[in-house]
Amino acid sequence: MYQWDFAFLWSYRWLFLNGLGVTVGFTVAIVALGLVVGLAGALAKLSSFAPLRWLSLAYVEVFRCTPVLVQLVWFYYALPILSGIEISAITASMLALSLYGGSFYAEIIRGGIVSIDPGQTEAGAALGMTPFQTMRRIILPQALKRMIPPLMNQSIIQFKNTSLVSVLAVPDLLYQGQIAAHDSYRPLEVYSAVAVAYFVLLFPLTIIVRQGEKKLSTSD
Amino acid sequence: MNPQPKIEIAALRKQFGQLVVLKDINLTVEQGSVVALIGPSGSGKSTLLRCINLLVTPNGGSVRVGGDSFVFGTGAKLPGTRELARFRANTGMVFQHFNLFPHMTALGNVMEGPVTVRGKSKREARELALTLLAKVGLSDKVDEYPSRLSGGQKQRVAIARALAMEPDVMLFDEATSALDPELVGEVLSVMQKLASEGMTMVIVTHEIAFAREVADRVIFMRDGLVIEEGPARQVIDAPREAATQAFLSHFHRGGAATPPAETAL
Repeated sequence: MYQWDFAFLWSYRWLFLNGLGVTVGFTVAIVALGLVVGLAGALAKLSSFAPLRWLSLAYVEVFRCTPVLVQLVWFYYALPILSGIEISAITASMLALSLYGGSFYAEIIRGGIVSIDPGQTEAGAALGMTPFQTMRRIILPQALKRMIPPLMNQSIIQFKNTSLVSVLAVPDLLYQGQIAAHDSYRPLEVYSAVAVAYFVLLFPLTIIVRQGEKKLSTSD
Repeated sequence: MNPQPKIEIAALRKQFGQLVVLKDINLTVEQGSVVALIGPSGSGKSTLLRCINLLVTPNGGSVRVGGDSFVFGTGAKLPGTRELARFRANTGMVFQHFNLFPHMTALGNVMEGPVTVRGKSKREARELALTLLAKVGLSDKVDEYPSRLSGGQKQRVAIARALAMEPDVMLFDEATSALDPELVGEVLSVMQKLASEGMTMVIVTHEIAFAREVADRVIFMRDGLVIEEGPARQVIDAPREAATQAFLSHFHRGGAATPPAETAL
């Protein structure tokens, strides 16, 4: 019978806290960058200028249809050969995860925008608004409300995806866990604790999303 | 009274893909007059109305409203988005399904155009909006969101919203078709009030009795063509064309000939 022992984990607390800080920091950065990329991708996909639409389509499909782990490894090991520029593991991870997230955000944002009744665009145009004014004042405020739950969902997935950066030796929560496991020879307790840490952070977020969805379905 | 008509449309043509919706339409609307477009669905009357403020871009012909004129067809340069926006700001449009902005109150809906398009101050726009909402009889609903208003109230907010741009011309696209019968009167009475104040109006409508009462001229369309046009009472009471007679007979049989304007006022 295995003898559980969680007490020793306390001696690794700073390691875990550090890792947690990197994980949370990474998530904030890739969500923010991903949203900017996603908004640009969505607007490009809705553009009346065909080459922009093709570019956006190619970007979204390439990043949605390749595994994020492959993208991470590609950005770290392959991109420097192609571009001739040496990039750090952190930069490569940031790029890969932001672009990966952005491709999903782009589809969510585009879907939110096209879900708004075309009559709204017509009403804006009939008042003499430019397409930009209609988008900013009429369409986006309504679309945003519908986009928030799926955007939150995708961001939760992004949070979990940050654990993949450990393969590039970025010192996130999982990577620090690996160090602690090798050091203590107790992978069962260490990795269980790591899983609990992710769960404790994410579970409240999923509840918030679910409540948001419920509120949304009653308000429309 | 005015030698030049307010609206002048010549040789207008529109097709969606292979489907020709408007074939060589000519139409003039005098300053201060009310023109009703009637006809079966699919006759092109709504498309024609949308061509007047260029929500739909014609494939050929010309459109002039006041001092702004546009020519369409091969070789003609299409107007840019800014020019279009400026042009549309001078015509008001009311839609069948209201198209109110659901994230704004009634007041916010009416203030939106003056603030965003005309650059008016919030205070000035608010005053204008309150005046207009009073005019359509909704002073007690200014802070309500559209979801809390009845269809008739929504449409009256939509009329106030269009009037807030202080337009020269008002276009009504089946403004009462989506309303419950008992709510039609309140919208028609607002429209009648506007007409009596001398607003130039083009109305697409199925309210034949209202067209007869309020419009100066009636235009009957079918299959993208103007079949018959003339003074309202003449076209409705004594249509010359067989197609017009056939169309109007549905309404007389339906018993819709009670003028709703009388019941509403």
